[in-house]
Formats: sequence, C-alpha cells, structure tokens
Amino acid sequence: MAQAAATDGPQLILRSVGKTFGNDVVALRDVNMTINHGDFLSLLGPSGCGKSTALRLVAGLSSPTSGLLDWRGPPMGKSDVGFVFQEPTLMPWATVFENVWLPLRLQGVSRAEATPQVSEVLAQVNLTGFENAVPRELSGGMKMRVSIARGLVTRPRLLLMDEPFAALDEITRFQLNSDLLALWEQERFTVIFVTHSVFESVFLSNRIVVMAAHPGRVYGEMEVDAPYPRDEQFRTSEDYAHLTRKASSILRAAMGIEDGEGAHPDVLH
Amino acid sequence: MSFTDTRSHAAHEEVPIDAEEARRARARRLEKTGRWLFPMLIMVLAIIMWDRICVWNEIPRYILPRPGEVLATLITDRGLLFSSLLTTLKITFLSLLLAVLGGVGLSVLFTQSKWVEMSFFPFAVILQVTPIVAIFPLINIYVDNQTAKLLLCAWIVAFFPILSNTTLGLNSVDRNLLDLFKLNGASRWQTLWHLRLPASMPYFLGGLKIAGGLALIGAVVAEFVAGTSGQSSGLASRIIEAGYRLNAPRLFAALILISFTGILIFLVLTWISNRILRRWHESALKQEH
Repeated sequence: MAQAAATDGPQLILRSVGKTFGNDVVALRDVNMTINHGDFLSLLGPSGCGKSTALRLVAGLSSPTSGLLDWRGPPMGKSDVGFVFQEPTLMPWATVFENVWLPLRLQGVSRAEATPQVSEVLAQVNLTGFENAVPRELSGGMKMRVSIARGLVTRPRLLLMDEPFAALDEITRFQLNSDLLALWEQERFTVIFVTHSVFESVFLSNRIVVMAAHPGRVYGEMEVDAPYPRDEQFRTSEDYAHLTRKASSILRAAMGIEDGEGAHPDVLH
Repeated sequence: MSFTDTRSHAAHEEVPIDAEEARRARARRLEKTGRWLFPMLIMVLAIIMWDRICVWNEIPRYILPRPGEVLATLITDRGLLFSSLLTTLKITFLSLLLAVLGGVGLSVLFTQSKWVEMSFFPFAVILQVTPIVAIFPLINIYVDNQTAKLLLCAWIVAFFPILSNTTLGLNSVDRNLLDLFKLNGASRWQTLWHLRLPASMPYFLGGLKIAGGLALIGAVVAEFVAGTSGQSSGLASRIIEAGYRLNAPRLFAALILISFTGILIFLVLTWISNRILRRWHESALKQEH
C-alpha cells in the first residue's frame, strides 16, 4: 500500500530510558523507541503506563533516571518543540491572539512582528476573526484549536500532544482529528501523540507504540498500513476495522487480558 | 478542512414565550427593582421610627438627636466636618496605597523563594493577629510625626489581606501553564510578569476590597488612641470631642460621614475589580439565566 507518510530516518532514539520518581514509583523501565522524521507516532496504553511521563522526558520537562535520549539531525532549540496539553491550558485573561503569541513573545518577538505568524497559524486552525475573543467566550473545541495554534506558532519540528482531545465530545473530536491530520500532511512536522483511544491512534498515526503499565514499558509496536489522506470514509472502512482490531488485541495483551472470541476494540480508560 | 463549531445565536430574537417563562421574566424584573427598593424603604422607615421615638419619649437632643437635627448639623458644621473627613481620607488612601505596595511587593518576594516565604510569613501573621490598639503605645513612643503614626497604624491593619491573598494567587498558577513557560525558556521575570501576576489578579482584588475597609478602620482607630486635636484632626477626633461636649448631633454627623466613606470605598473597589475581571473571571460575570 502506498505510504504517504514517507519518513526519512530517525529524529530521536530512546535508548533504555528509565524514570523512577522520588517515591520509588518506577514510571518507565528500559524504554527503547525510535521516532522518525515526519512520523505521526501514537503512544497507546492504559493509565499508569508512563506515556505522559515519556512525553515529558522528550519535551525536556523532566530528565530520565537512566538511559539516553539520542537526538539526530540539527540540534533542537526551544522553538523546535511544540506541546499541547490534555486541557486547553490557555491564559483566561488573555485574548486568543495573545495566547497564541505567547511562545514567540517569550522569545522577545513583538506584537507587530508576530502578527503575520499568529494570523497564519490561526487561519490554519480555522480561527480567523477570533483574535480578540477571550477563552471563556469559546467552545471546548475552539479552545483546543487555540491550544494547537499556540503549539504550532513557532513552526516546531516536533509536536508533542498529551491526550489533547480526551475531554471533547465525539463530534468535535472527529473534526479535530481530521483537521490535525490535514495540518500534519501539509506541514510534515513530527508528532508524538499520547492517547488511550485505539480508534484515535489508528485513525491518526502511521505508527503505534503500545505501552504496558507497572512498570511503564514498551509492549509492542505496529505500523498502521493505510494511505494518507485519510478522510471520514476511512473510519467506516474494512481496513480501519481490521487495523483497530489488531491494535486492540496488542493493547489487550499489554494489559494482560486474554483475547477471546468476540473481543472488539474498545476505548480504554 | 471545514469548520463546525457553533456560535451563539443573537440573544434578542423575538419569540413568543409560554406562561411559565413569562412568569419567570416578571419575577426577574420584580427582583431587580426590589433589590434596591426594599432596603431603601426599610431605611426610610427606620429613620421615621427614630424621629418618632425621639418625639414620643421626649428624649433630649444631647442623648439622642432627631434625624433632622443631625442633617442640620451636617450642613452647619460642614466646614469643620469635611476638613476632618479629608484628613481621615488622606490617611486611609495613603495607608491603602502603602498596603498595596508593601503587600504585593512582599508576596512577590515570597514567591521567588519558598525559603523566604517560610521564614518571614510568621512575622506577618504576628503583626496581623496582635490588636493594633495594643501595639499603638509602642508606635507612640518610637514615632514622632503624627501623620506617620497614623499611617503606620492603618498600614499594619490593611496590608495583611493583600499580602496573604496575593501570595495565595501567585502560587495558584496552572501547573501546565508553568510547564509551558518552562518549555519556552521563560525567565523568572517573564513568568512573573506574564503568568503569575495576571493569575493572582482575582485574589489580589479580593484582598484589596477587604483592605480598603480595614484601612479606614485602621485610620479611625489610630486617631482614637492617638487622641489628636486641633484643626488638622480627622473624624475620630471630632467624635471624641463631640462626646466630651455632649454635642450628640455632631457625633452622629461624623459617624454618618465615616459610614458613607466606608460604603463608598467598598463600592469603588468593587467597581474597579469588576472592570478588571469582567472579561475572564467567574466572579465578575453577569448572570445569564
């Protein structure tokens, strides 16, 4: 099958990465993982499998207890990594424009200098005309769009997303899934996407890394062998059903559940 | 890409409403008028009762003057009373200003280091819980300048709510936003200016509202214990003086002025707070239902 998500070599290799917290909780043990340039990689797993911890390590928000993050290619600067949280995490006192401007502002870019970039990224997430709204005037989906725009405004080479759509209703989530995919195909940044939804990970990613809990570790990996662009039709296709069944069975194995007759992919909490 | 988020419809569409909704709307309108009408009515009734009691019981004016006499005193003694009011206001606002500077300054200092906060916060608490009247004799010994005495006194009373509220606010920042700032390499100063200070604004304004009232109380109490007299003295001195001279109408007039000042301070600070917070904070949002 034609793989639109052609990747060109590793961008980051996690080598035996472990993380133990101060209270002796082993969040990650011996994690090995390769993230290629242009990947849309999903980290799929149940609660407590350390997927968010892994994301924070990659972001540089905490450092590994053991092992190594082996970055390839040009060194990553502050503006090369974007982060989107589970909640929109916007500053409630600031307008949409000011929220999106923030990463540039912290680098000393003035309002006037930032305006073209902010306007462009707001257009990409379909929020043109909402520059002067404040977060509480927006719906949940729109707030998440602002959050994504803020993650992308510095044109990062790596976008880290921590269950960004988990709190949204299904209709909004599907819409944002499609919009995110379109953006990714257009811009070709690398995405690491943390989720506990099999459906979402299959729809979005070209690779899924399944993680297991206690201690957090990589359990298995799966190529999502379906071409991009993927539209809403893909959600109801044979391929999609087949792929979700496969991902689901890996996940269930990772959770130590026997994969019996009639087992069907499910959203895990 | 298509965009499906719905936007709110215009609120003033003319649609026929059912009996229940009509009843609700009527009740809402009534409540809106009643909110200020009823307190006013009770107030007027109370004043009339006050007047009647004076007349019926033939109470002498040096014990309880009639409302009309108090009003007359407010007008005839206005020169004296308003210059005193001005003195009290000056002390109140200066001490409130110093309380804001001191309270915010200290709380910013506290959030820069957990150690500073842990070491110095107890002193602020001690200063707060010790009654100002008990501290005043000491201030009287160490400070010569009359205005400085009063200011210091009112400041001690007023600064604590600002300090404790602002400290709480500066520490109540969304952890994810802090991570975001860290991720973007924000300096300590940038984090303070763009994140911690705006986030603490509702807390600070809550503290300011309390401090405004306390500054007035502090100014009046300080003057009571300082026992000043003469032309430049404030409303508290007028009250003491009028008490000695059994000039009850003036005593009441001064008291009413102090009360109105307190109400005015509260209203102004509430208005400022709503102006600042109205676009984003729950406390300042208009009820929509």
